[in-house]
Amino acid sequence: MIRRLPCLLVFAGALSGCRDWQSAANQAGAEAERIWSLTLTFTIVLGLIWLAVMIAVAFVIRRRRRAPVSLNDAMLADSGHRRNSWIVGSLLAATALTVAILTALSFVAQRPLFAGRAASAGIRLIGHQWWWEVRYDGATPSDMFTTANELHIPVGTPIRLSLESADVIHSFWVPSLAGKQDLIPGHNNSIELLAQKPGAYRGQCAEFCGLQHAHMGLLVVAEPSESFEKWQAAQRAAAAAPRESDRAKGAQVFVSKPCALCHTIRGTSAGGTVGPDLTHLGSRAYIGADVLPLNVGSLAAWIADPHGVKPGVNMPPVHLGADELSAVTAYLIGLK
Amino acid sequence: MKTRTVADVSSLPPYGFGTSASTWWGTLGFCAIEGTGFALAIGMYLYLAFNNPHWPLGFSRPVHWPGTVLTILLLLSLIPNVMVDRAARAHDLAKVRWLLVLLTGIGILAIALRFVEFYMLIPRWDSNAYGSIIWFLLGLHATHLITDVGDSVVLTALMFTKHGRAKRFADVSDNAFYWYFVVAAWLPIYYLVYWFPIL
Amino acid sequence: MPRAAAAMPRPANQRDTGLDDAELRERLAYTWGRRPGIIGWLTTVDHKEIGKRYLATAFVFLALGGLLAAIIRLQLARPEAHVVGPDLYNQIFTVHGANMMFLFAVPVMQAFSMYLVPLMVGTRNIAFGKVGAFSYWIYLAGGVFLWVSFVLDIGPDVGWFAYVPLSGPQYGIGKRADVWAQMITFTEVSSMAVAVETIVTVFKHRAPGMTLTQIPLFVWAMLVTAFMIIFAMPAVMVASTSLILDRLIGTHFFNQAEGGSAILFQHLFWFFGHPEVYIIFIPATGMVSAIIETFSRRPVFGHVAVIISLVGTGMLAFGLWVHHMFATGLPELGASFFTIMSMLIAIPSGLQIFCWLVTLLTGTPVIRTPLLFVFGFFFIFVLGGMTGVMVASIPIDLQVHDTYFVVAHFHYVLIGGAVFPLIGATYYWFPKITGRMMSERLGVWNFWLAFIGFNVAFFPMHILGILGMPRRVYTYQTDVGWDGLNLLSSAGAFILAASFALFFFNMLRSARVGPLAGPNPWGAGTLEWLAASPPPSHNFDHIPFVTHATPLWAERESLPIVTGISVNTREILITTLADARPEIREASPDSSIWPLIAAIATTIAFIASIFSPWAAVWGSALIGVTLVGWFWPKSMKEDEE
Repeated sequence: MIRRLPCLLVFAGALSGCRDWQSAANQAGAEAERIWSLTLTFTIVLGLIWLAVMIAVAFVIRRRRRAPVSLNDAMLADSGHRRNSWIVGSLLAATALTVAILTALSFVAQRPLFAGRAASAGIRLIGHQWWWEVRYDGATPSDMFTTANELHIPVGTPIRLSLESADVIHSFWVPSLAGKQDLIPGHNNSIELLAQKPGAYRGQCAEFCGLQHAHMGLLVVAEPSESFEKWQAAQRAAAAAPRESDRAKGAQVFVSKPCALCHTIRGTSAGGTVGPDLTHLGSRAYIGADVLPLNVGSLAAWIADPHGVKPGVNMPPVHLGADELSAVTAYLIGLK
Repeated sequence: MKTRTVADVSSLPPYGFGTSASTWWGTLGFCAIEGTGFALAIGMYLYLAFNNPHWPLGFSRPVHWPGTVLTILLLLSLIPNVMVDRAARAHDLAKVRWLLVLLTGIGILAIALRFVEFYMLIPRWDSNAYGSIIWFLLGLHATHLITDVGDSVVLTALMFTKHGRAKRFADVSDNAFYWYFVVAAWLPIYYLVYWFPIL
Repeated sequence: MPRAAAAMPRPANQRDTGLDDAELRERLAYTWGRRPGIIGWLTTVDHKEIGKRYLATAFVFLALGGLLAAIIRLQLARPEAHVVGPDLYNQIFTVHGANMMFLFAVPVMQAFSMYLVPLMVGTRNIAFGKVGAFSYWIYLAGGVFLWVSFVLDIGPDVGWFAYVPLSGPQYGIGKRADVWAQMITFTEVSSMAVAVETIVTVFKHRAPGMTLTQIPLFVWAMLVTAFMIIFAMPAVMVASTSLILDRLIGTHFFNQAEGGSAILFQHLFWFFGHPEVYIIFIPATGMVSAIIETFSRRPVFGHVAVIISLVGTGMLAFGLWVHHMFATGLPELGASFFTIMSMLIAIPSGLQIFCWLVTLLTGTPVIRTPLLFVFGFFFIFVLGGMTGVMVASIPIDLQVHDTYFVVAHFHYVLIGGAVFPLIGATYYWFPKITGRMMSERLGVWNFWLAFIGFNVAFFPMHILGILGMPRRVYTYQTDVGWDGLNLLSSAGAFILAASFALFFFNMLRSARVGPLAGPNPWGAGTLEWLAASPPPSHNFDHIPFVTHATPLWAERESLPIVTGISVNTREILITTLADARPEIREASPDSSIWPLIAAIATTIAFIASIFSPWAAVWGSALIGVTLVGWFWPKSMKEDEE
């Protein structure tokens, strides 16, 4: 508990030392900030009301009798009815007033949420069981590219994402940036992100979507526009042909084994669209929709036995010899 | 505890009609449940109709004749239905008997017409959402037709036995009450299935 | 009043007029008693017998659902734990939710209603006693069906609201989602039947003189609940039936590709699902009213205001359902309307709470275990109500929706708002049902364990939700900072579990060795305390004549009664709806085996129809045959009654 005390303090609005990169209390986006101040206002007002009720209960407890008093007609006569009606009436009026004020505050806070809905989106986010497909739009086909489970956005620029689903309902939620929005098959939803601080923020699917709902993470990287542009340019490029011999062998294995049926690596003959685009896999921080940090060991473990890492995942195990496995791993991790 | 008698109820009758009887209220309760079911099914139809850019989803509206004949039959059946209710309240056994036979006959004819309606529907329930919802509406109402006719058959049989007396007249009255509900529930469904505008 | 009926000849009947007390009691007990042996047990239509069965069954389901909760807390106590895998975990939380909502919370409230409402309105049985027996068997069958499926690894795994397309034909493979849908059918048929019985009992079977405003608040609460069941539960039946049709015969209600809509399912489900919360909560408010009235030794202040608030809450509850769907991308105007409605419901709820507090403050409160649980209710439920106001706000909801904040919120509302009053009510009415008092000393322990355990288990979940933990995750990673609070929550859950163990122990022990209670151990004012404890099969020797909302407090010298009711046939007094003037003496059904037979036929039809659509056809015919047996008169006497 002691170790986690900082997290509790975050809740109270203080700074924290722990890694709360998926927390509504650690805001880095305009929408998250608006919601957080509204949440604090509600908490204080409602907390005071709750406290008042508890004080009334405390008075009741103070007035307790040891044994029941015997009944008389005065007890049934409801004396003091007028005064009590006034008390209840004014409390009721106060409740109505509080509720009206809170409703008004909420309506003010929701304006920006609905305002930009009609705007066109530059990024399409498509939910799959259990990973995120990210498609960046562009003026020409060569400007467009696809990646997965890692969304980069420039700091200080509002970005609208369109939210779609390829199978069941998912929900996009990066608490540090904004509230959530569902991805529903056949429905066009969208959400606006405006990051105010550079950093990496974690998100996770928030609508139960089946076996691996718990492992459907997403990383949002907010960066200054120069580095964002650089990242974008790098992502647009096709995968560089491998120069080292083991990586070349890995590329050979990748396209000749079932891997290529599901995954795309632009610049090669691998063009499957069932699984995530791996063109620049090596540039991402995590693997398996944020299950493990990406490194040679975790990637090899994933390829060798995806179900050992993420039971029930839709990727079938592919039989590879030890040298094939290390070659494919080397190839993929080199796809920066 | 000591007691003091303030009223005597021994002169009250052992059964009653309409709102004085438990059964009438029970029937009303089940009508409320089923009526809510009908209202929700109608709501589903409207939701699907307005949620799609075109309606009825590539089909034309079904041929209305079987439904129209059924509607006329059901509306006409209200006349003997009112009569059987009155006869029951007057404990007129002979009249109740022939009216029940007539109403059961009408009910069986109505079920037969419902099957003609199903037969004439062009979209199947699994063609698309339009097919699904019109089959659902007609099916939901069909279960009520069949339930009431089943009830009427048993009650008619009962009225021809030695049990056809006393409280059974109240049962006849309640059965007539339920038939009003079955007819009333049909009218909005008839409109939706056969006359709802093409969007 | 039909003149013809009044003119009919009446059978020579022995009436209760002028019989001495001993003979009267003996004759009534003979007429209303059940047959001996197992046959008597299977055929009884006595609301008390069936109510007790309902209660016992609901408590068994509570214990089973609690076991699942314990497994959930074990799994979540540490990150990346392997107590259970994802497949089993998904079944566990689904069955936990479905079990608690459909097999415990609603039925346990209806069980109290079934047992108490006829006693509180001063009659001898619930209306349509055979329907009550039938509804119990159907409920039992539905519960056994769910749990057997779970044990056979075909328990539903799609969450208790089973959203499509996850539960639809394409993604919900196997029979798991069908089990969910058909379990709904079982429990809803049973609930709706009891609701109709309750309404007719309250409307027409009240003791003479009991006007609408003199109806005890608990009975009012059950009446409002019954109406809500009638208008809410058809929605979930329509939803689950269409889901089965989509899965079984290929309809397209929820298939976007063929013009259906996944959102339509959510509307249908929540049109039921939100009122459902109030279907559980409103009976509990009735319990709170009854307990507060008795232990503050005065009638509840604002009896009529509380009735208005119950009715108002019941109606507003139908205008809130969309606040479960704020994240689906609704238009602003529509969503805002539901914010206003959700906020508005704070007003009737507040009204009730203020009336209770004034009652306690102007009465002479005596604190016993039932009242302790009511204090726990104030603490927990009011807090849950406050977070309820928070989730009514669209921006706040978009942040906390589907997180552990919401898990905390609805456990505060449901456990604090319904289970605490329910445990208090059990302590309160246990002496009436069994004739013995529960241990007060264990009761105090029970309360403190439950109160501390509950808050330690569920308060941290608010913070976990804010820290980003979504609900329905079978595990979480080490790098998100949720491990400490989860461990704390799990520790609290086991204290809470201990409190329930103590509660069950106290019940079982007190039923055998508790001190004898006598008819009115708490000195309460409503009619159920007029009957002996436990009440005889005929409830009351004489039908009381009511002049006050707390008749036993108002008529302390001698009780006014009416006479002229048959003692050798089961006869009950039917009164007018508004002012309860005696209207007819109606027959109340005798014991019958047909409810059980009909329930077996219905069970066969329901279960078979998840495998073949034709089962709906032959199954209906089967049920029809049993209903003919049910309604066909067994004697000439029955025609007259």
